Amino acid sequence: MSLLEIKGLTKQFGGLTAVKNVDFDIDEGEIVSIIGPNGAGKTTIFNLISGFYPVTAGTMKFKGRSIVGLKPHQVCQRGIGRTFQIVKPFGSMTVLENVLVAGLCRFGFEEARDEAMKCLEFTGLAERADQPAKSLTLGGRKRLEMARAIVARPDLVLLDEVVAGLNPRETEETIQLIRRLRERGVSAAAGVEHVMRVVMTLSDRVIVLNHGEKIAEGTPQEIAGDRRVIEAYLGEGYAQS
Amino acid sequence: MKTLSNLRSNFVYAVVGTGAILAFVPFVLSSSYLLQVLIIVLLFVTLGVSWNLLGGYSGQLSLGHAVFFGIGAYGVALLSKPLGQSPWLGLLAGAVLSLPLAAFVGYVCFRLRGPYFTLATIALAEVIRLVVLNSVDLTGGAKGVTVRPLFKGVDKAPWYLLALGLAVFVVLVTYLITRSKLGYYLVAIREDEDAAEAVGVDATGYKMVALAISAFFTSVAGGFFASYLSFIEPDMVLSVERSVEICLLAIIGGLGTILGPVVGALILGLAGEWFRTNLGQAHLLTYGVLLVAVIMFMPEGIVGTMKKAGQVIGKRLSEERRRVTA
Repeated sequence: MSLLEIKGLTKQFGGLTAVKNVDFDIDEGEIVSIIGPNGAGKTTIFNLISGFYPVTAGTMKFKGRSIVGLKPHQVCQRGIGRTFQIVKPFGSMTVLENVLVAGLCRFGFEEARDEAMKCLEFTGLAERADQPAKSLTLGGRKRLEMARAIVARPDLVLLDEVVAGLNPRETEETIQLIRRLRERGVSAAAGVEHVMRVVMTLSDRVIVLNHGEKIAEGTPQEIAGDRRVIEAYLGEGYAQS
Repeated sequence: MKTLSNLRSNFVYAVVGTGAILAFVPFVLSSSYLLQVLIIVLLFVTLGVSWNLLGGYSGQLSLGHAVFFGIGAYGVALLSKPLGQSPWLGLLAGAVLSLPLAAFVGYVCFRLRGPYFTLATIALAEVIRLVVLNSVDLTGGAKGVTVRPLFKGVDKAPWYLLALGLAVFVVLVTYLITRSKLGYYLVAIREDEDAAEAVGVDATGYKMVALAISAFFTSVAGGFFASYLSFIEPDMVLSVERSVEICLLAIIGGLGTILGPVVGALILGLAGEWFRTNLGQAHLLTYGVLLVAVIMFMPEGIVGTMKKAGQVIGKRLSEERRRVTA
């Protein structure tokens, strides 16, 4: 049984169909990249799974139980963490408190503090634990999002636009970080717009979206040579060469 | 960790100690006028601290808290009689009734966020004021209604002690909440509601809890106020001015701090009294001038600004110390 099973997922905003009949699974311990050009529907899919948008049609099962219609905090409590494309730190809290709050939903104070510290070490933020979250750089904030998403020991994390806006060194660190999620037994679905190197080195499997539809799925190598993928990214003229 | 828990209990001791010292005031002070001013200040403390739990900690700026003040006031006024002539039971009944009212207000207003939430609270409070104003048979309408006093006689000391006890209790409750999971959740909701939901915080549920606690204490204060004045009419307890006054206590003192509303209550209570006696009708200007001054020069309120200044100075000192030892 897959960890996450999605069938026929559809989301309409008025007349616009942002996600159209998308199927995919994520297995335990797997890292899946969801890629596609800007506006392809990646963030919408994350918002559907995590309960921020109501689903128009389709089924979503997590560990065999439907998660359709759950509120975001309920989805979190089922074991799905998430990060946001536009980072959302709790600005007035310290870095540690940001992660601590997320841990409190699962642990008591003492344990949550220990777990939060572990996650800060995992994401390389331990030295900044007592600084206010708003003092972090974008790279730091993205890692804070990650620490916050994993502290309650989810089985799956949804990472929306993991590397957007990061410099090459930060990108490299983020890739290492996501790969190490496996050590914690966490599966990941990572949304990536167009940093191909990330997709190639990061993922066990790649799902390609365009205009809200899944146009391809496979290993990174299969995807890189897929005609429809090249068309979606570069336009039809380039698919020949 | 150790110093932290010491600090925690130190705060509780400090609050209880201050309360105990203040309890001697009526035995030392013979002026019943000064006692009256202090009673209003203490009532403001209760109101400001209660409002601050919802407005300051969870970031839901309610401008409709007069409804809770009002239900407490009308609870004592109207329910004391059927409840065996006991104003105490009336007070309690008003406070208990504030909970379903809070659930209703929350159900309606928490669908909206930010300024829309605030506007909804104003609208709802106005609707309720108009209903009370026009339910002449039940509430006496604009003619008002007399209220049974909690304490008989002219001595103001028992009123003062009750107001003090209430203020100390509310400060302690708020303090304990800020140290609990609830306190952390509320601040997370204030900072970013979506992110709070994403880490498993039931934002609507916890906002509702904050509103219920806030409404409960606000209505107790309302009942106290009504009984103390022994007469109320809708514009005294249910007006927008009342709601604004309640929220100013926390904004001027410092949103989301425990002592902020206490400082705000002292300033508005004392300055308000001084201006009322010296400037007559113009005393309302003080609220405006104070608010503008605070927003311009201390946007985080008096306590918030002092806290920050303290941190900066502390940092400088520790750097200095490091330089000296190095």
